[in-house]
Amino acid sequence: MITVFERPKALTAVKTHYCPGCTHGIIHRLVAEVIDELGVQEETIGVSPVGCAVLAYNYFDVDMQEAAHGRAPAVATGIKRVHPDKVVFTYQGDGDLASIGTAEIVHAAARSEKITTIFVNNATYGMTGGQMAPTTLVGQVSTTSPRGRDSAIQGYPIRVSEMLATIEGAVYIARVSVHNPQEVAKAKKAIKTAFELQIAGRGFTLVEILSTCPTNWGYSPKDALKWLVDNMIPIYPLGVKKTLEEGKS
Amino acid sequence: MAKVLMKGNEALGEAAIRAGCRYFFGYPITPQNEIPQYLAKRLPEVGGVFLQAESEIAAINMVYGAAGSGARVMTSSSSPGISLKQEGITYIAGAELPCVIVNMQRGGPGLGSIQPAQSDYFQAVKGGGHGDYKLLVLAPATIQEMVDMMGKAFDLADEYRNPVMILGDGILGQMMEGVEFPAEETALTLAEKPWATTGAKGRKPNLINSLFLDPVELEQHNHHLQRKYDRMAKEVLWENYRTDDAEVVLVGYGSSARIAKAAVDLARAHGIKAGLFRPITLFPFPKAALQEACKQANHVLTVEMSMGQLVEDVRYNLEFKVPVHFYGRSGGMVPTTRAVLEEIIRWAHSGEEDKA
Ligand SMILES: Cc1ncc(C[n+]2csc(CCOP(=O)(O)OP(=O)(O)O)c2C)c(N)n1
Ligand code: SF4
Ligand SMILES: [Mg+2]
Repeated sequence: MITVFERPKALTAVKTHYCPGCTHGIIHRLVAEVIDELGVQEETIGVSPVGCAVLAYNYFDVDMQEAAHGRAPAVATGIKRVHPDKVVFTYQGDGDLASIGTAEIVHAAARSEKITTIFVNNATYGMTGGQMAPTTLVGQVSTTSPRGRDSAIQGYPIRVSEMLATIEGAVYIARVSVHNPQEVAKAKKAIKTAFELQIAGRGFTLVEILSTCPTNWGYSPKDALKWLVDNMIPIYPLGVKKTLEEGKS
Repeated sequence: MAKVLMKGNEALGEAAIRAGCRYFFGYPITPQNEIPQYLAKRLPEVGGVFLQAESEIAAINMVYGAAGSGARVMTSSSSPGISLKQEGITYIAGAELPCVIVNMQRGGPGLGSIQPAQSDYFQAVKGGGHGDYKLLVLAPATIQEMVDMMGKAFDLADEYRNPVMILGDGILGQMMEGVEFPAEETALTLAEKPWATTGAKGRKPNLINSLFLDPVELEQHNHHLQRKYDRMAKEVLWENYRTDDAEVVLVGYGSSARIAKAAVDLARAHGIKAGLFRPITLFPFPKAALQEACKQANHVLTVEMSMGQLVEDVRYNLEFKVPVHFYGRSGGMVPTTRAVLEEIIRWAHSGEEDKA
């Protein structure tokens, strides 16, 4: 018998708590596949956030630390400074990274910490019940913007990747999506590039991944993917925002 | 080794290095700036890492990451910065990580002043952040004692897997005294930390965490922590000064205790049987020793640079059997020996009118 598909070694056999159709699960798998392919499972230390991915420490089969809300980049800094030869990544949501933890991510990038941040942008606070996030689109209904986000009152969404790409210390910043197999493949490539640049000691790397929250958006998993394509991608264009890979600029 | 004249903050930095501390994360704030400045110079010389964080919040979370990775690590700050660190400190306590946190207290509340104070006593000894937890709190009164304490602070942190706070104040940080350092140890034996995240090579992955979604588990965790805090009771440290026959016992820690000590000598010269009890560990509190020191006391007087914080614990630990009074200055003002002497005289003679 030939095995054509199996669980990556860097994922535990634990069943996840994610809602059906939530793309957090796909993103976990991609990170784990990259860890496997790079052969760094025993060298990796991950940091889980406060958000729906808080229990990521149960799913990644590597050393993990659970950080306070928004502080994962600071925790990862502490880890990496102690173990400069290890592979350190944070896994953070948009509330975690782009609201309460804005200072930590900006300064981790500015210091060019040799870490990789997996930034899951689902335009909402999933865990706490679909409140408005810093990334919620103008007009998007959330439990704390029940009439839709009104830019006159609640301002505008933050484009984290574009903002961080302006920072000299950032060596690789890309925005990807996981709404279809082609994009999943591109997302994996971006994650792998980020890890490789970290391992090469180049500096701060971040991959922003557009992700669905069918539960709080109020769509079926399939419609949620369509909503992401129709509404999020125009505001959050995909692509590599900055890279210092050899031969690219 | 010969004595050198050194500022408190710098001496503390050097002592941390001698104690094997190799990682420091902090953010500037007066009156503790000489600690990060000194370590910015010194740590790289010994292969360590000094990092100025973007805020106290980031600094304490870097400490969390480094402590969770097995490092001997510390941070320092002063009152407003220590308030900001509280979130990180409760996570560190919850995840049971060893580290040392220095608070060179200044006047509050709010932005307060940059002058010395002792008004963060409650915050230090009662937990400080949310949840049921305790720090080991050490209160040096001289620069020498502060230096001698650093090794112990890190060892206690490792032994109990708990954050240790050095509760100083602006006077201790800023003044200069002659100080002798322990010999430069080339090979300190540090505790093994098999629980740390170091990369799961040939072992099961480790997890640094303070989340327990199951309330049954979290309650068990809290009982486990509480048993640890109870075990710390044996670490109590204190100093008795002329308390053997003292009828008026002063109680103070840190800089205030030095002023109180001078006032005790003046009172003795006036024929008053005064003494000083100085707690050196504020948590655990040296309860039995305090009771012993106050055996002969008709009056107890706390001397503080606050509006009255230590006084509550002294009353509680004396079980309200002796009248406990308070004298303090706040906001960066420092008690004078003369003012403390007047208080001693007042309480020494109180009740005499009734007898006459
Ligand atoms: C200091 C603090 N503030 C607020 C919370 C509550 N909280 C938990 S998760 C969360 C939002 C998470 O949203 P996001 O980062 O977007 O992650 P998602 O759940 O969408 O994946 C908030 C506000 C907390 N745990 N700690
Ligand atoms: S609430 Fe949203 S983000 Fe969280 S697991 Fe469910 S679908 Fe995913
Ligand atoms: Mg989110």
